[in-house]
Amino acid sequence: METDQIEEMDVEVLSSMWPDDVGTQADNQFNVEKPAGDSDTLKEVDIAEKRTMADLKRLPELLNTTDQGSSQLTNLVRQWEYMQDHAVRLLREELKILTRQREEAEAKELKIIEEHNFETEEPENVPVLDETSHLFRRFRQKKRDELVDSKRVVIDEEFDTVAYWKQKALSLEKMLEASTERERRLIEKLNESLKTMESHSAPVEELTQNLKRAEGFLHFILQNAPIVMGHQDKDLRYLFIYNKFPSLREQDILGKTDVEIFHGGGVKESEDFKREVLEKGKASKREITFETELFGSKTFLIYVEPVYNKAREKIGINYMGMEVTDQVRKREKMAKLREDNAVRKAMESELTKTIHITEETMRAKQMLATMSHEIRSPLSGVVGMAEILSTTKLDKEQRQLLNVMISSGDLVLQLINDILDLSKVESGVMKLEATKFRPREVVKHVLQTAAASLKKDLTLEGNIADEVPILVVGDVLRIRQILTNLISNAIKFTHRGKVGIKLKVISEPSFASDKEQNETSVWICCDVYDTGIGIPENALPCLFKKYMQASADHARKYGGTGLGLAICKQLVELMGGQLTVTSQVNLGSTFTFILPYKVATSDDHSDDQDEFSDMVDHHQPEPDDTTEGYFQFKALLGSIYSTAMLTSPIKLINGSVADPSNSSGQSQTVQVENGGYMDESESAHQYGNGNGHRCSSKESESCSSSQASSEMESELTVSSPREEEKTETEVKETSQQPKILLVEDNKINIMVAKSMMKQLGYTMDIANNGVEAINAVKDTSYDLVLMDVCMPVMDGLKATRLIRSYEESGNWDAAIEAGVDIKTSESEQGCERSTDRLPIVAMTANTLAESSEECYANGMDSFISKPVTLQKLKECLQQYLQ
Amino acid sequence: MNTVVAQLQRQFQDYLVSLYQQGFLDNQFTELRKLQDEGTPDFVAEVVSLFFDDCSKLINSMSRSLERPENVDFKQVDSGVHQLKGSSSSVGARRVKNVCISFKECCDVQNREGCLRCLQQVDYEYKMLKTKLQDLFNLEQQIVQAGGAIPQVNIN
Repeated sequence: METDQIEEMDVEVLSSMWPDDVGTQADNQFNVEKPAGDSDTLKEVDIAEKRTMADLKRLPELLNTTDQGSSQLTNLVRQWEYMQDHAVRLLREELKILTRQREEAEAKELKIIEEHNFETEEPENVPVLDETSHLFRRFRQKKRDELVDSKRVVIDEEFDTVAYWKQKALSLEKMLEASTERERRLIEKLNESLKTMESHSAPVEELTQNLKRAEGFLHFILQNAPIVMGHQDKDLRYLFIYNKFPSLREQDILGKTDVEIFHGGGVKESEDFKREVLEKGKASKREITFETELFGSKTFLIYVEPVYNKAREKIGINYMGMEVTDQVRKREKMAKLREDNAVRKAMESELTKTIHITEETMRAKQMLATMSHEIRSPLSGVVGMAEILSTTKLDKEQRQLLNVMISSGDLVLQLINDILDLSKVESGVMKLEATKFRPREVVKHVLQTAAASLKKDLTLEGNIADEVPILVVGDVLRIRQILTNLISNAIKFTHRGKVGIKLKVISEPSFASDKEQNETSVWICCDVYDTGIGIPENALPCLFKKYMQASADHARKYGGTGLGLAICKQLVELMGGQLTVTSQVNLGSTFTFILPYKVATSDDHSDDQDEFSDMVDHHQPEPDDTTEGYFQFKALLGSIYSTAMLTSPIKLINGSVADPSNSSGQSQTVQVENGGYMDESESAHQYGNGNGHRCSSKESESCSSSQASSEMESELTVSSPREEEKTETEVKETSQQPKILLVEDNKINIMVAKSMMKQLGYTMDIANNGVEAINAVKDTSYDLVLMDVCMPVMDGLKATRLIRSYEESGNWDAAIEAGVDIKTSESEQGCERSTDRLPIVAMTANTLAESSEECYANGMDSFISKPVTLQKLKECLQQYLQ
Repeated sequence: MNTVVAQLQRQFQDYLVSLYQQGFLDNQFTELRKLQDEGTPDFVAEVVSLFFDDCSKLINSMSRSLERPENVDFKQVDSGVHQLKGSSSSVGARRVKNVCISFKECCDVQNREGCLRCLQQVDYEYKMLKTKLQDLFNLEQQIVQAGGAIPQVNIN
């Protein structure tokens, strides 16, 4: 299986080097039959011998004149000589045998003679064969031993009689005759073998045979190989070619050069290569790709060697080309693959590196965020506690210390928040919130906060155009952050003069007065200007970059992280706005940001107050912020906080219904005297009522700047809800007490909750199920509903849904549809009720069935997990009733 | 007299602490005790006795529901358990509440056997608690009669 695959992969069916169908038209040289699979002997192979084309006249000449040619001949001759040697050796051996036979015969004869001598005492020196006479003597002894048993002439006549000698002579004669006969036969045989030897000795025949065999062998090997062989003379004209392109005829090739035969790419190169080899006299190989009309694109590996004659003169070249097109293609493909692979690997490693770096960065950011968070949490605790502490009775010095503590804490918090924000924005985690807020209030608070830590003789002013809506929807936290950043930046680089915020509506001026229009988008342009050192023009481009300041000098002189503007820009852009800057050196800078806001209805701020007052730090909003159009602050140090409060005499008091004149939101232009003590007394006057005593104390102390400032601070902080609440509750009639509805079916829970409420100073109505709750809500205007989720008759979720549906549609149709028996007796009153959103807080047992998500999905504002504790209840009431 | 009061007070403290330690009560009971002031000196006792009455009623109704082996009205049982769980959670009757949680689980899968077992357990637990609290209130009364104040017990 595996090997099969390998074979499939490695061994391709090799197509013939030359196309199959070209051969027929020419002189049909190319009809090579494929060898049968089992034919392994040369004889059985049908070899097409016509593929070779040679200049027959010149080839033998060539063979004679070149080394290669002569070595071939030498080989053949040597082979022939060897064969002759062999034949001679054979003949010699035969001769040896014959000689021995003759010797034997002679020995026998000698013996006979000896015997005869012995008997007749004939003289010994009767040589029969002269040349062997010496042998005779040598053999004599031997033969006497050896041939004793040989035929003995048996004569039965009496010794030494005539008959005896006669008989003896006769038998001897017979023996001689036989011997002679044998000799004659031997001679005959010798002649015969000499004759055959002669017949074998003709070498041409043999050489031809051999040559034929060699050629056959070559053909057998080469017949299907994609190989072209040839010999070219020193002018590179073909003298011999094997396996030429089939359509070319003899006259097309022989005696011609490559350039004359072929046209196209590579031809010239191969010719040059051959010439080079010829000149250098060194065999070499090269791969050449041909692009000819004749056979298209083919790559050959060409081997060329120079050919010398016997005089060591170059007379031409031999060349052999093997077609390697497929291999080259494969090789190139492999190379390309390898290259691709390498590139991919490089990219991969690059990517891994990037991922690694990104991960590192993310981790670092994550760590930064975590750390910041970890620092922030306890710090919030510190600041929060300090704030709570500030609401208790403190003497002036304590209060001052506390205020420093709070503002320092706030600064650190701000810094940490900056870092957190930046990493959030950068990692795309930052989410914007949409909350209602009052731009005027935000501006005022930003300035106020800035003034609190102002140590320069600067005037901080806020100027809000009339058309800027009272209430808009946006991410107040972020906007405040941007403003704070820009303002603190401006203050940092301004040593005298003014720093201010200017708010105006752009591009939709008609909109501002139209307050009935709900949720309409408005673009507000906010300028933060100063009369500071300004920014040189060349420093402007990098101003918003992280950790960049206008110059190193500035960084040294003014400090700071260089993060502020980067955060501002990112935040503004995140909110879909734009932050720009214009500046003139020594005259000041103006940072302008334009942001879109949605306009919220401004007549319901009695309900919403809590929503945004939470957002604006620890400073409790002054009631007048709603409509004020101009604020001015001076550094607390040596000058006075002055807020023009000549307008709106009506104060908003905790959750009570807003005065209609207030909700009209007309912003009055306010004249402000710059930093005079008059302002202060005036503003102090505004607090009136219970706070009146402060007025005098402040006036008396105003000459001492530090005391004045601390006094001012205290005034800012003291106006916390608690304090006001208390003064108000004393003044208020019972009807002003917030109305709370508890919807709960469990008697014990009711009892506990009621008792807790009582301890917190509230009373509440009770409904035992959803239906009762709806009826109660219909008849009475509640400020808060605490709703159990799981109840008989109708559960809290459904009741909430129905109440929300009423708020949206203004009728109870949905509730009636749901089968609630709406008592119509008091419906008139119900209809008149405004459709403000009633805060509904769920009370859940924190089980799966009563998940907080479900509460929110059904229109609840928040939830308290059961069992209800005093603390939870208190927090809830603080959040929703102020 | 002072020594008697002090002894009673210590006894009261120890007893109350033991109730927390044995898991009869949790922090919600502390909450409850916070709500008791001069205006409502018997607040805790009132709530608790209301709770025990409730328990007894609910357990009776649930045992009636679970009486018959077939066609148990689990919905009704469930509503009873819910009530009981809410109440016990509100007064800080920890053990009762815990049994109610498993009771509710049995109810959700309509496991009558489990429900019966839980019912028995709830019955046992609330009666147990009732006795314990009765003792506690007795102690309280003794302290008051002896002219002492109910001591603040910090459970933590």
